[in-house]
Amino acid sequence: MAQGSYYVPATSKWPIIGSVGLFILVSGFAKWMNGSDLGPWMAAIGASVVIAMMFGWFADVIRESEAGMYSNQVGGSFRQGMIWFIFSEVMFFAAFFGALFYARIFAVPWIGGEGTGVMTNELLYPGYLPVWPTNGPENLGGDFKTIGAFELPMINTLILLISGVTITAAHVALKKLKRNALIFWMAATVSLGALFLCLQMFEYVHAYQDLGLTLGSGIYGSTFFMLTGFHGLHVTVGSIMLIVITLRCVRGHFEPKNHFAFEATAWYWHFVDVVWLVLFVFVYVL
Amino acid sequence: MKRTNEIIVGLACVAVLAAITWVLLSVGDNMRPGVSPFSQDVYQLHMFVLVIVSMIGVTVFAAMFTSMILHRKSKGAEPSQFNHSTKAEIIWTVIPIIILVVMAVPATRVLIDMEDTGGAEMNIKVTGYQWLWRYEYLEDEIDFYSALDRESNYARQINASIEPQDVENYLLEVDNRLIVPTNTRIRFLLTADDVIHSWWVPDLGWKRDAIPGMVNEAWTEITEPGIYRGQCAELCGKDHGFMPVVVEAVSPEEYRDWVASMRQESVASQDTVDRLWSRDELMAHGETIYNAQCATCHQVDGSGLEPAFPALADNAIVQGELDQHIDLILNGRPGTAMAGFGQRLEAQDIAAALTYTRNSFGNDTGDMVQPAQINHLQRQPESDGSLAAATTSAE
Amino acid sequence: MTATTAHDDHHHAAPKGISRWLTTTNHKEIGTLYLVFSLAMFLVGGAMALVIRAELFAPGLHLVNPEFFNQMTTMHALVMIFGAVMPAFVGLANWMVPLMVGAPDMALPRMNNWSFWILPFAFLILLSTLFMPSGAPASGWTLYPPLSLQGGNSFAFVIFAIHLMGISSIMGAINIIATILNMRAPGMSLLRMPMFVWNWLITAFLLIAVMPVLAGAVTMLLTDRFFGTSFFDAAGGGDPVMYQHIFWFFGHPEVYIMILPAFGIISEIIPTFSRKALFGYTSMVYATASIAFLSFIVWAHHMFTVGMPLGGALFFMYATMIIAVPTGIKVFNWVATMWRGSMTFETPMLFALGFVILFTIGGLSGVMLAIVPTDFQYHDTYFVVAHFHYVLVTGAIFAIMAAVYYWIPKWTGYMYDERLGKIHFWWSTISVNVLFFPQHYLGLAGMPRRIPDYAVQFAEFNLISSIGGFAFGFGQLLFVWIVIKCVRGGKQAEARVWDGARGLEWTVPSPAPLHTFDTPPVVTENTEHSAYLQR
Ligand code: HEA
Ligand code: HEA
Ligand code: HEC
Ligand code: CUA
Ligand SMILES: [Cu+2]
Repeated sequence: MAQGSYYVPATSKWPIIGSVGLFILVSGFAKWMNGSDLGPWMAAIGASVVIAMMFGWFADVIRESEAGMYSNQVGGSFRQGMIWFIFSEVMFFAAFFGALFYARIFAVPWIGGEGTGVMTNELLYPGYLPVWPTNGPENLGGDFKTIGAFELPMINTLILLISGVTITAAHVALKKLKRNALIFWMAATVSLGALFLCLQMFEYVHAYQDLGLTLGSGIYGSTFFMLTGFHGLHVTVGSIMLIVITLRCVRGHFEPKNHFAFEATAWYWHFVDVVWLVLFVFVYVL
Repeated sequence: MKRTNEIIVGLACVAVLAAITWVLLSVGDNMRPGVSPFSQDVYQLHMFVLVIVSMIGVTVFAAMFTSMILHRKSKGAEPSQFNHSTKAEIIWTVIPIIILVVMAVPATRVLIDMEDTGGAEMNIKVTGYQWLWRYEYLEDEIDFYSALDRESNYARQINASIEPQDVENYLLEVDNRLIVPTNTRIRFLLTADDVIHSWWVPDLGWKRDAIPGMVNEAWTEITEPGIYRGQCAELCGKDHGFMPVVVEAVSPEEYRDWVASMRQESVASQDTVDRLWSRDELMAHGETIYNAQCATCHQVDGSGLEPAFPALADNAIVQGELDQHIDLILNGRPGTAMAGFGQRLEAQDIAAALTYTRNSFGNDTGDMVQPAQINHLQRQPESDGSLAAATTSAE
Repeated sequence: MTATTAHDDHHHAAPKGISRWLTTTNHKEIGTLYLVFSLAMFLVGGAMALVIRAELFAPGLHLVNPEFFNQMTTMHALVMIFGAVMPAFVGLANWMVPLMVGAPDMALPRMNNWSFWILPFAFLILLSTLFMPSGAPASGWTLYPPLSLQGGNSFAFVIFAIHLMGISSIMGAINIIATILNMRAPGMSLLRMPMFVWNWLITAFLLIAVMPVLAGAVTMLLTDRFFGTSFFDAAGGGDPVMYQHIFWFFGHPEVYIMILPAFGIISEIIPTFSRKALFGYTSMVYATASIAFLSFIVWAHHMFTVGMPLGGALFFMYATMIIAVPTGIKVFNWVATMWRGSMTFETPMLFALGFVILFTIGGLSGVMLAIVPTDFQYHDTYFVVAHFHYVLVTGAIFAIMAAVYYWIPKWTGYMYDERLGKIHFWWSTISVNVLFFPQHYLGLAGMPRRIPDYAVQFAEFNLISSIGGFAFGFGQLLFVWIVIKCVRGGKQAEARVWDGARGLEWTVPSPAPLHTFDTPPVVTENTEHSAYLQR
């Protein structure tokens, strides 16, 4: 019976369940897009399986963690995992920011006749002026107006910035093991996240109903909604993570020296925060 | 002793490998020098680089083989202990850098030459469609399509009765060649209507992508009269392999004669739009247009290639409401290979194709569509897609 | 470090049969799963290649229609890249990285299982598109819009299959990085790590950096097709070429993802059979890192013909050419390792030597492609096809074969059949050159790629190439047989299978027991298994 220092988990049924869930989920999506009635149902079933899997999997991890089975080294692996996961998310957003920059710096000016685009403009789009925002020379999606940076988006920026502070406050409280303060700051962070999402929904409704700005509004609409939309999705995920952590705090989980799940969630939240700042600058302000 | 052995075997390896390389370089095909100043520059650059990399290969492999021959255990070789030498490592960092610079200098020069599209004496707009080319001579106002010739098209079918070997210039011949004058600086303006194509004639020394919604420029000056053949070089769907480019370079005088004859033809067809056409005329012209424009997808007998390309025989739209059918042909179906032909074909072509399809392959609606009818629709601006709207909305 | 392990009491409950494979968290079992999956996909992708080569046997359409031919080209590439080469490398990493760094398992064993099991489902979806009414994707593995947007019902399935493959790769890469950075045995400093581990560390970084970009690119395709966005539509202010930029920002690092682990393998094998330490260990590390760095700034060399501004073309040309320098350092270091060694030529060494020569040929034609004016001629011709098969088949695939021969005694406990192995090597090496060398000529003579039928002047070399293709393809069945034979039994392998081999993996018995290094070994500069790293 060799006793090592590293916890190697026993076999687990969750990954395979997760794979099957993902399989059903994406097949359902694909069918849905092709207009099949079966699609939404399959997607819903797949999503449920994936969610159930996550509950089961994380429950295992939490149980093991609370039972003190993890060494520092395991914690190190988890940290590595989370850091690189966040890095991959950064690169996912980079693709969409890349699209935004490319469109603004190259595609739109070329269509408008700048640089190597002289003949493009002359032969295909005479009279088109390359100004941003644009929905392209063919006015795809019809006329639209944009959302001013210093209205709702500014408020949203403040909300997210404050939430960055509150989660840090929660972290400090956790380190000092002040449970009530911890729960209070976590609740505050969750509320701010929820508020952000509500305002974002409100903004979308406003854009669709009053401004004529839709996903189909040419390249502006495409980049605007894809960037803010994926960000919103990440805020949603982050908020769910925060809620789970809050509940665990209520249950008395985490110790001042051992609270990886808390830290991971905080990192994630800060990442979502930073993405928003970049987004605010390049999508709304500039 | 050891060192002299290494040198002798090394030199022998170099000799053998150089001989092999020489054989490999001479048994196969090579790039063609081509018929324009660029193509010749490109060819020379190619040979220069090819020789350099071959020499690098010979050197590296010779060292390897020397080692394999001499430093093998079965010959009693004892392993040396060295595993590091800063001097050696600096040498094999610096020498490749020098070689790369030697290659980069002429490459840069040729590229700068090629990118200079100024001073064009004539402009030809080239538009790629699935799967034919359209050539518009901007100054001489000539405009025609160029697709795979009939004979190749028969021979290329699965189970064709003709063998490719029996067709002259199999897959490299078109119905209408691009006629250009020699010793004239020609600028090509390349674009596409549906998907990305790439216009390539090896003898001109370059290929350039034809991208929908964008116009690319490239230019040439052909020094020798002759017929130069190439192909579409960007995957553009099922018939990507059957989209040749044929350029015929003729003397400037012959070119002018050709332009004059083309002019006459197009004048003749000018007033055709307004007059009333007879059913036979429409059917005959319709068959030509259909076979040239539609048959690649919907097949000559209208049977289509299910499921991607619907059959037009016994087809609900073709047999149904005429307005819908016209609208489909004019505007196409976005997001599918079915393009709108409103901008592509003349009114009489569309009218004829409509009449033909509605009365062939077992369809017998009896409908007749007149060019004037189509012309009227073609001239109407699309509802909200006007350019004025596009530019003001951008505020 | 507190001794808190619990796995022993779980052992008794470990499931048997199929559910053992479905639920395992053991790096060796998962490594085996990856390798078996990869071999299966290699056969499937190879079968598709044979359909291509059969159609191109002679001019005229004989077997398949053009649409199906394009599907074969597309699926062949997707299956080979995402199904054969990448999983093979991940499988090797799974097996060997923990053994090489002295870790009991991968850092995140449950996630390890997940990253594998997503793959079969992803390929189930991808391959099922072949049976859909609209057929499989037919726009090339690069999926350029607008053509790819014309794909029928299978389109959405393909996009989601790619998403799944991406998720799997990212998780696999995270796991490998975490293992390398966090699980090394005491004393194994970064600069004492074996080269295979080093190269995988950098590869994993590349994977995490670029797979999400591919996910983003195909997501934009999806929304352009189904949700009315116009990223790639000039009418709405987008640009089809933008897709190519985003795709190749992924795509170029991707090709190095398929070669850096191969470099690592070769850097293990050549010292072993030269009985000499790897020459220039540190410069090897720096060269790998430089290649990885440069791979991010050369992507547009795949699109010189889209009509980019002169400055851009020059920048991408120079950046691309520079990659020859660090790659050259690697090649020269391998040669210097062999130099005045004491070489023997067992099958792994033969494949490694074949790799060095044939990969270099592919690399040299890569440098030719980097020269913009000449690339105007080479681009999208069989010259490119020849280039990348030299680096992929005689590069990546040969390295994988070498790795399998090198380590299979450690995995199974038996020696493979050396005589058959040598036959396999010679058969493969000769036929693969018959297969791909003539394609250089075809490209130079003007034959475009991705065409189902060609002008008669290309007939001869296509014929030769097809003959080589079939010879090479069926030769691989011999490989399958050698592997099966070795799993079944044979001469017992020792712990240190090769007398020149160094490294921790050779300190455990053959076959490696299910659990190794439960107590971490201690590595010092003087222990024998790190000897070949001494500088
Ligand atoms: C494992 C995969 C792999 C690897 C390692 C490489 C390596 C390289 N590739 Fe390749 N490439 C592909 C896979 C790969 N490629 C694929 C799949 C495509 C086609 C994609 C598609 O369109 O579908 C492609 C296409 C491709 C193109 C685009 C061609 C076109 O479409 O027009 C170019 C252009 O620059 C290119 C260049 C290079 C270069 C410069 C290297 C260099 O890294 C090579 C460096 C190595 C050496 C140079 C040899 C050793 C060095 C020496 C001995 C030193 C001395 C040498 C000199 C001084 C020159 N590759
Ligand atoms: C790692 C990647 C990889 C590998 C290993 C290969 C391996 C092979 N490739 Fe491939 N290839 C690509 C990556 C790869 N290729 C890519 C990226 C493209 C570009 C696609 C595009 O344009 O989009 C391409 C394109 C490509 C083309 C050009 C197609 C075209 O442009 O239309 C050709 C043509 O000859 C070809 C041939 C081959 C052959 C003969 C092999 C052989 O080495 C294969 C040998 C193996 C076998 C033959 C397996 C043995 C199986 C059997 C004997 C049958 C038994 C079967 C079962 C039991 C199911 N490949
Ligand atoms: C590039 C290939 C291509 C060419 C060329 C082409 N079509 Fe089509 N056509 C299609 C495709 C694909 C569809 C199916 C669109 C869809 O999926 O809705 C289609 C649909 C149609 C339909 C509607 C059939 C139905 O049942 O929905 C008609 C009518 C038609 N085409 C007529 C023509 C005519 C007339 C021409 C020539 C002037 C032509 N097509 C040229 C590809 C083509
Ligand atoms: Cu047009 Cu390929
Ligand atoms: Cu590349």
